[in-house]
Amino acid sequence: MPSISKPIATHPSLQRNALGLNIRDYEGSMSTLCAGCGHDSITAALVRALWELSLPPHLLAKMSGIGCSSKTPAYFVNGAHGFNSAHGRMPAVTTGAIAANRDLTYIGISGDGDSLSIGIGHMCHAIRRNVRLLYLIENNGVYGLTKGQFSASADIGSKSKRGEPNEMAPIDPVLLALSLGASFVARGFSGDKEQLVPILKAALAHNGLALVDVISPCVTFNDHSGSTKSYLYTRNHDLKATESDFVPPAQEILATIGQNGATRVTMHDGSVLQFKSVPDGYNPTDRQGVVSYLMSQKPGEVVTGLLFIDPSSADLHEMQRTSDTPLARLPFEKLCPGSEALDRLQQEFR
Amino acid sequence: MKPTDVQDPNYFHKVVDCQWACPAHTNVPEYIRLIAQGRYTDAYILNRQSNVFPAILGRTCDRPCEPACRRGRLDGKPVAICRLKRVAADLCGEISHLLPRIPTSKNGKRVACIGAGPASLTVANDLMPLGYEVDIFEKQGKPGGLMRSNIPAFRLPEPVLASEIDLILNMGVQIRYNSPVESMRELLAASYDAVFVGSGAPRGKDLDIPGRYDSDRIHIGIDWLESVAFGHIDSIGERVLIIGVGNTAMDCCRSSRRLGGKDIKVMARRPRRFFKASPWELDDSEEEGVDIVINHAPKSFVVENGALKGMLFERLEWDADARRSRTLDEIFLPAADVILAIGQENAFPWIERDIGIEFDKWDVPVVDETTMQSTRPGVFFGGDAAFGPKNIIWAVEHGHQAAISIHNYCAGLPVADRPPQGMNLVSQKMGLSEWSYHNDYNPAQRQKMRHVDLVERFEKLSIEVELGFTAEQTAREVERCLNCDIETAFTPKLCIECDACIDVCPVQCLTIARNDDELPLRSRLSAPAMNLDQALYVSAPLPQTARIMAKDEDVCVHCGLCAERCPTAAWDMQKFELLISYAGPSFDLGPGVISGNNACTNTTPA
Repeated sequence: MPSISKPIATHPSLQRNALGLNIRDYEGSMSTLCAGCGHDSITAALVRALWELSLPPHLLAKMSGIGCSSKTPAYFVNGAHGFNSAHGRMPAVTTGAIAANRDLTYIGISGDGDSLSIGIGHMCHAIRRNVRLLYLIENNGVYGLTKGQFSASADIGSKSKRGEPNEMAPIDPVLLALSLGASFVARGFSGDKEQLVPILKAALAHNGLALVDVISPCVTFNDHSGSTKSYLYTRNHDLKATESDFVPPAQEILATIGQNGATRVTMHDGSVLQFKSVPDGYNPTDRQGVVSYLMSQKPGEVVTGLLFIDPSSADLHEMQRTSDTPLARLPFEKLCPGSEALDRLQQEFR
Repeated sequence: MKPTDVQDPNYFHKVVDCQWACPAHTNVPEYIRLIAQGRYTDAYILNRQSNVFPAILGRTCDRPCEPACRRGRLDGKPVAICRLKRVAADLCGEISHLLPRIPTSKNGKRVACIGAGPASLTVANDLMPLGYEVDIFEKQGKPGGLMRSNIPAFRLPEPVLASEIDLILNMGVQIRYNSPVESMRELLAASYDAVFVGSGAPRGKDLDIPGRYDSDRIHIGIDWLESVAFGHIDSIGERVLIIGVGNTAMDCCRSSRRLGGKDIKVMARRPRRFFKASPWELDDSEEEGVDIVINHAPKSFVVENGALKGMLFERLEWDADARRSRTLDEIFLPAADVILAIGQENAFPWIERDIGIEFDKWDVPVVDETTMQSTRPGVFFGGDAAFGPKNIIWAVEHGHQAAISIHNYCAGLPVADRPPQGMNLVSQKMGLSEWSYHNDYNPAQRQKMRHVDLVERFEKLSIEVELGFTAEQTAREVERCLNCDIETAFTPKLCIECDACIDVCPVQCLTIARNDDELPLRSRLSAPAMNLDQALYVSAPLPQTARIMAKDEDVCVHCGLCAERCPTAAWDMQKFELLISYAGPSFDLGPGVISGNNACTNTTPA
């Protein structure tokens, strides 16, 4: 526990966004995670992305399950809605919330334990349904809250703090999501906000489930030599597939084009994603190409960047052809036409 | 940029803005913490080590520390440092056992000081514990110099002045009252080993315009204040004009208010933002009903049949930066008395010009700024006598430096050999998220000084206007101090670049970036570091990426969250204590005298 909450003093040059809010307005309570936890850095990246996008705090919903990662919604945007659900049930509860109110922006925060073990089924189905959500996995390869056992994302050969190597194959959320037809897949590193912030902004603008796997070192149980999810290991094995830049719809797009080899993808809301492929020929809109690129890497390499995007995908509401007005705001009589209407419907099937 | 050299005491010293700005480098944050702990006597003694006159300065200091205070850059109002100094003095307990002991067997060296003002008294204060015999020659019948003659009693009560001077005189100083030195040659012929000139800047500037010498109701400000202080003048006409708008003018107008003046105007040539007076002195004068009139240049005195009627002024219009003016018209203002407060200068009619003490083309003695020695070895100057009018705190610092020089000189050492400055740097970590200081930022507003009621205060000249802080005000004001001496100290080799410190910093001080030259680096930090007066603290390359950690010192609130959230203790909060040498052995603060660091030992676990 920090000794004090963050002083209210601010830098005199603090900027305001389109809503007149400064970045401190997007902060939450003080983190009670270990000092140096990667999750706190991801929180800071999220705060920056949300502030830069000028998203109104009261139209955000922060969703989570159980775990160190799932505590983090308390540490950003105090003014947002939120639901801290049961272990692994973040995607399920969020699907329900989105079904009821499609007007909010949903940020689901999960971890490798929450999403790749107990909640993996829920995650798979949320991806399948393309629920419109930023699905953030704070991935550190260990169960931090229970003192550092290997999680389902631990690499073969990675050593525990006691020195024992992991022998079971890891589940890679990126490859899993690609195989399930995910429409937006990215991987970042908590220690590289320059890369992570644009990815998060793009993910928040994406019309569907945007899965962002972030390597987030556990400073207490998985930051030693022999770990494959430490700060040092990730820095030494980071292979950037793309460098991306997010341009919101309100901005003049032409002015920012012109990077060498930049590819542009227009998002459904008119914003533009620009990529620069780092390896020659990497195309983040070619699912098969992406999968084979990832599969062809030597084990141990950490490929980061915005890895795959399908900007034309339809989300759950479009597939279900639900009403534009959120169900939560439809009058009861309209939502529930009554037993006579039900009787009539049943008569049709007789 | 090259990594910052934090082994140089100047780096962390400069972060403590108040201490750096203080000519005597008083350890302000430490004494504020001592006050917060109710340790007023310790706070007083800590002050006294560097500034010698805490009770006097707590009322009258020019406060160079306050415009420098970091708090002012955060919420616009600096910590009321000066007022807190007065709190320490007001509530100070018995201190005789804490003062340096005076040896009974003397070292055989005799020093003459001219003038019993703050500079000479400081020389005596520093040399008496070393066994010197010090003789002070004072032209008046009482000690204090300009502190007594030019600061009115309603700002500095006589008992306060007397008690702090007595602490020094009681060390065994021989003071000769009513003994103006009339010939330096004769004094030098007497058997003194060194002479210190602390005779102040006693000559008020005159205003040679028509009518100046036609009336005896035109006064020189500092002379008039002196006559008031010594009881030679006890009344003034109802209409008074004060010419000039410095701090002397403020003392003149407020004194006039108490001696019968009803319609008092302070006449300024230039617009308000070019005034020399401290803003709080202007406020205090206006509160007492004094008019401050801008853009009026004196033209002539109007005297009829030997009686002063008033003055003619030209009304001026200035350009934007008040360099050129244009006369609009002339105006007559009636007055029974006029007081000239347009500056003062040092004057040495009693120093012969053929005894090796050189004077420059403005007839000011040539004095070395470090050693305070004149061109004649063994003759030293300090206070206003050295470089013209400054203030008390500068006089004290000159006294300290002159005492070091005199001590060297008497020992046959070169006076240019200055003793070293040192520092202590001690971690304040007490445990996980626990610090030995109060690290939270308190948003309290600067406390306002309470004043004696506007009618009551005019009853007597000696009623002190400022009442001092109440216990509640003190408790609030001490918490406004940011503890800038609790420094953020960084050990690059421990850093794992997790960004925790950067993310938690409330004022965006910190950045991990590729190294660069200073200006480009300043522009691409977490928040642009555009206050070039404030240093960038730049680390050696970090182990993992060879980037550097950069800290903009400008608005750091010293909350310690960077160190708290650092998993490897690469950041630590360490208390900086500047070790200042005075005359005598380096860093030896004398028996029984606590140093700032000792003063806090009871806050660390046994």
